[in-house]
Amino acid sequence: MKAEFRKGIRHGIPIALGYLSVSFAFGMKAVGDGLTWLQAVLISATNLTSAGQMAGLPLMTGGASLYETALTQLTINLRYGLMGLSLGRKLDDSMGTLQRLIFSFADTDEIFAVASSQPGKVGKAYLYGLMLTPWFGWTIGTLLGGVAGTLLPPFVRAALGIAIYGMFLAIILPPAREKKPVRTVVALAVGMSICFRYIPGLNRVSSGFTIIICAVTAAAAGALLYPVEEEESR
Amino acid sequence: MSWRAFLPYVTVMAVVTYLIRMLPLTAFRKPIRSRFAQSFLTYIPFAVLGAMTFPDVLYSTGDLRTAAAGVVVAVFLSWRGKSLLTVAVAACLAVAAAQGILMLI
Repeated sequence: MKAEFRKGIRHGIPIALGYLSVSFAFGMKAVGDGLTWLQAVLISATNLTSAGQMAGLPLMTGGASLYETALTQLTINLRYGLMGLSLGRKLDDSMGTLQRLIFSFADTDEIFAVASSQPGKVGKAYLYGLMLTPWFGWTIGTLLGGVAGTLLPPFVRAALGIAIYGMFLAIILPPAREKKPVRTVVALAVGMSICFRYIPGLNRVSSGFTIIICAVTAAAAGALLYPVEEEESR
Repeated sequence: MSWRAFLPYVTVMAVVTYLIRMLPLTAFRKPIRSRFAQSFLTYIPFAVLGAMTFPDVLYSTGDLRTAAAGVVVAVFLSWRGKSLLTVAVAACLAVAAAQGILMLI
């Protein structure tokens, strides 16, 4: 039991290190956008999701409706639902309803990926360990970025601004290279997003709805053009 | 930002995100039957991240030229399958290097 917990902690360390740098950039950006460092930390500690939090910032500071905020988070984080369906089949009997309620909080892309890649079933001791280190990494990184980010020289802050997008590219490009359907979906979403930024009229659509419209349209087009086989859907 | 304005946002974000993660692990334990829904859910993460990355990444450093340098390096390394951390750090370094070059010329 203890050995499993420690193994989870250990497997979480590389995730935590990755989170540290990205959440540092998030904390810095949040404070730069007018939030306090405590607010930035509170977002990270309760949300634990890079893309959702990044998209949430302009909604908050721009005074978007809560309806738009909820719908944006739903679209961006829909992938977690799919991951949950897949991971559910991998949990052993120690994961009762209460344990599932707790673990759900930290089912991020990276934690999901590591848990899924374990041989056989996974139990609560391992998963609790695995969620702990990344949560600390994400929260502490945000704290450091929020508090110390503004003290950094401007050229360092500018360079860190691109960190999270580098991470996004590292997630989408390898599968886009391998699979034509993914490539098509990404190209379509990017093309639409560019139109929504630069075409007069379209560029009046707020950031949350832009993401929703582009992502839903591109994913639906992909689903119509290239329906996945049963096994392919993770 | 005032706490009065902030708290409703953070609450909505946290609750929506938690529910999406929690419901499939607890309530709906049956696999999705619809092929369209399965396919849609497979593609949505890529569509979301694509739409969030472009064109926003070009404005992430405050200078189109340094951002472009970062994008080129990040795209190249991602395409080669490098890890998230490697790509993120290399993109930052590329931006820093581009800024250095711009200051010199």
